[in-house]
Amino acid sequence: MFSVDPRRTSSAKFADVWLGLNVGTDVALSNTVANHIITNNLHNKEFIAHATQGFEAYAESVSTWTLERGSAVTGVPAEAIAELAEAYATAETAQLLWTLGITEHHNAVDNVLSLCNLALLTGHIGRWGSGLVPLRGQNNVQGGGDMGALPNKLPGFQDIVDPEARAKFEAVWGAPVPPEPGRHLTLMFEGMETGDMRAVYCIGENPADSEADVAHARKMLGQLDMLVVQDIFLTRTAELADVVFPASVGWAESDGTVTSSERRVQRVRAAVPPPGDARDDIEIITMLANHMGADWGKPTSHELWDELRSLSPLHQGMSWERLEAEGGLQWPCPSEDHPGSPFLHGWLWTEDLGGRDPSPFSVVEHAGPIEELTDEFPLRLTTGRALDSYNTGVQSGSMQSPIRYGNAIDLSTADAERLGVADGETVRVVSPRGSVEMPVRVLEDLPVGLTFTTFHFPELVDVNVLTNDAWDKRSGTAEFKAASIRIEKLQPVG
Amino acid sequence: MTTTEPVTETAVSLSIDGATVEVPKGSSVLDACNAAGVDTPTLCYAENLTPVNACRVCVVEQEGSRTLIPSCSRQAEDGMEIKTDSERVRHSRKMVLEFLGSGVDLSQAPDLQQWSEVYGADPERYGPSAAKIEEEVRIQDELYIRDYDKCVLCYKCVEACGDDAQHTFAIAVAGRGFDARIRTEFDTSLPDSACVYCGNCVAVCPTNALQFKTEFDLRSAANWRPEEQSVTRTVCSYCGVGCNLELHVQDETIVKVTSPNDHSVTSGHLCIKGRFGWSYVHGE
Repeated sequence: MFSVDPRRTSSAKFADVWLGLNVGTDVALSNTVANHIITNNLHNKEFIAHATQGFEAYAESVSTWTLERGSAVTGVPAEAIAELAEAYATAETAQLLWTLGITEHHNAVDNVLSLCNLALLTGHIGRWGSGLVPLRGQNNVQGGGDMGALPNKLPGFQDIVDPEARAKFEAVWGAPVPPEPGRHLTLMFEGMETGDMRAVYCIGENPADSEADVAHARKMLGQLDMLVVQDIFLTRTAELADVVFPASVGWAESDGTVTSSERRVQRVRAAVPPPGDARDDIEIITMLANHMGADWGKPTSHELWDELRSLSPLHQGMSWERLEAEGGLQWPCPSEDHPGSPFLHGWLWTEDLGGRDPSPFSVVEHAGPIEELTDEFPLRLTTGRALDSYNTGVQSGSMQSPIRYGNAIDLSTADAERLGVADGETVRVVSPRGSVEMPVRVLEDLPVGLTFTTFHFPELVDVNVLTNDAWDKRSGTAEFKAASIRIEKLQPVG
Repeated sequence: MTTTEPVTETAVSLSIDGATVEVPKGSSVLDACNAAGVDTPTLCYAENLTPVNACRVCVVEQEGSRTLIPSCSRQAEDGMEIKTDSERVRHSRKMVLEFLGSGVDLSQAPDLQQWSEVYGADPERYGPSAAKIEEEVRIQDELYIRDYDKCVLCYKCVEACGDDAQHTFAIAVAGRGFDARIRTEFDTSLPDSACVYCGNCVAVCPTNALQFKTEFDLRSAANWRPEEQSVTRTVCSYCGVGCNLELHVQDETIVKVTSPNDHSVTSGHLCIKGRFGWSYVHGE
């Protein structure tokens, strides 16, 4: 196990090798690994010839990434990069797993493509035990996308611009489906800024705490003609709302399904009744629709699931009964006698590639964080989660965790000494967008120049006042992982 | 170029109390007993942990073997002749249960009490002078408590904390003989130890020596009513792993969260959020 992370996390400590790269140098590392694999003739030539295209241009593009250059840019010792490259290329099976450290950057898509390149280079894709694994950070973020909560997709990843796909849904729904893709969250905020988005119905999300450059996000939400929030608590976003629909807790007070990282659809079940006037999300939405003149009746989660199965080939074989009996099923599961799919892309290994085009390599270039370090803002800030907390704390905040260290900004021993601040001392943290006050936690094993904080306690410290909302135009994800800051010692009291 | 999961399909055939059973190669004698419909007492064994052979309560007699063998860890072999209810087996199981019961409070281990009745085990016959642990219940936080009077040193918690599940290695057996105890390093408090509060140790404890604080509080208030509790299987609300949860509900309130051992995603193991992070369902 190799752990690639700017911080020496508990996973890094568990790993055989930790590659502590500089924030935002992921493409540089991938390209260096690729070049080392190619120059040492460890790439899977048979697989490349059979299942891929664009190898020559790709090989050419990474050829300047010598171990020396890669090491200089990433900060990772050349030997460690070589060891990772050789181990990955020669492994019988190997997986690349990643999470928001790859995707919360302005060049998120390039970061992901650079990893896809490595899988194509070595053939670690489309077979048992090998693959590319984006680890999902929520229990149903996969399911949300699968169900069409994406601007350009209908349920089952069917393209909204495809007239045939739309016609199929229109026939069942009895209503026209808009042929144009909608907006993702980042574009929605841009629409609020320009004024062409005037109303928002926000379900189960707390953007007034979670958005990068959150002061700006709050201003945008505050300017709306109408904000409707449906949530289990009166979150900071709900406090801004004109109307709040109290919802039941999805996994303990409602029936339905969620889909995990490994595309496994599983049943959630109501165990306790919701409090007060809180209602199931399905009930709220259908009541609203019926009130607006539609005739949606009172569908159960089971009935909605069966409708989904009739429209999404990926889910067709997942009957409610099978989900109960088999403890979940992984899509694609096209028929009731299909066992589900533990891995994808097996077609890469078939004789005729399943009639598809060979999979393309992508030429991707290194581009560091948008916000460079300067004399004014000389420290790198990256944000993330702690084990015992979750996102903006809506769910985890009430748990009494004995290992919670609370809100603090992690600082290396050397930086703490240079700044003359002690562990536990409250400092002012300033980024180009704003400033907050918070205590320092001095960590021996944090690289010099790097700082880290969680965003679990927005009621105590508004961390996202600091973060950068520069975003990747292809994925819509903001660069939470790389802001520049300075730390100021507060004047002694009295 | 393997594109599917490798499958082995070899069976072994053996006799359990005279009945022939077939089990897949690699199964234990205990698996074979289960396949034959023969109930076997276990204590240190759990289906989601590697057997540690600490308790000897699952012993059976094998034809041709000088000693009794632990059924949980011995692999089933072709032609084995196993007796699970011979005089030697009954006597040995009875002694194990009596010795455990003489020094340890088994009042919250209903399975062991039931087996003690089956074998006529009477821990009282060692008299009031039998050594007892008699330590105060350790209550350090709102998540779980440690009651050493109930600890039988079965090692399950150590295994779950170690390389059977959590790989945290926060606890081990320290001390020798009667003074042996499950301890953190240097007996530090749990928050100062390597403990990550996954509660996987609590989940595998067979005697309630490790106990969820919610259960402990309800028991202390004489309000723990497991017979009235419903158990609902659902999926954790936090990350994308998809761990299954069993919500134990009493009076429309979640009182405990466990995870099914037989589910492929995490085999009964959880993290601090899944195990303990449900209070918001009832909270403010």
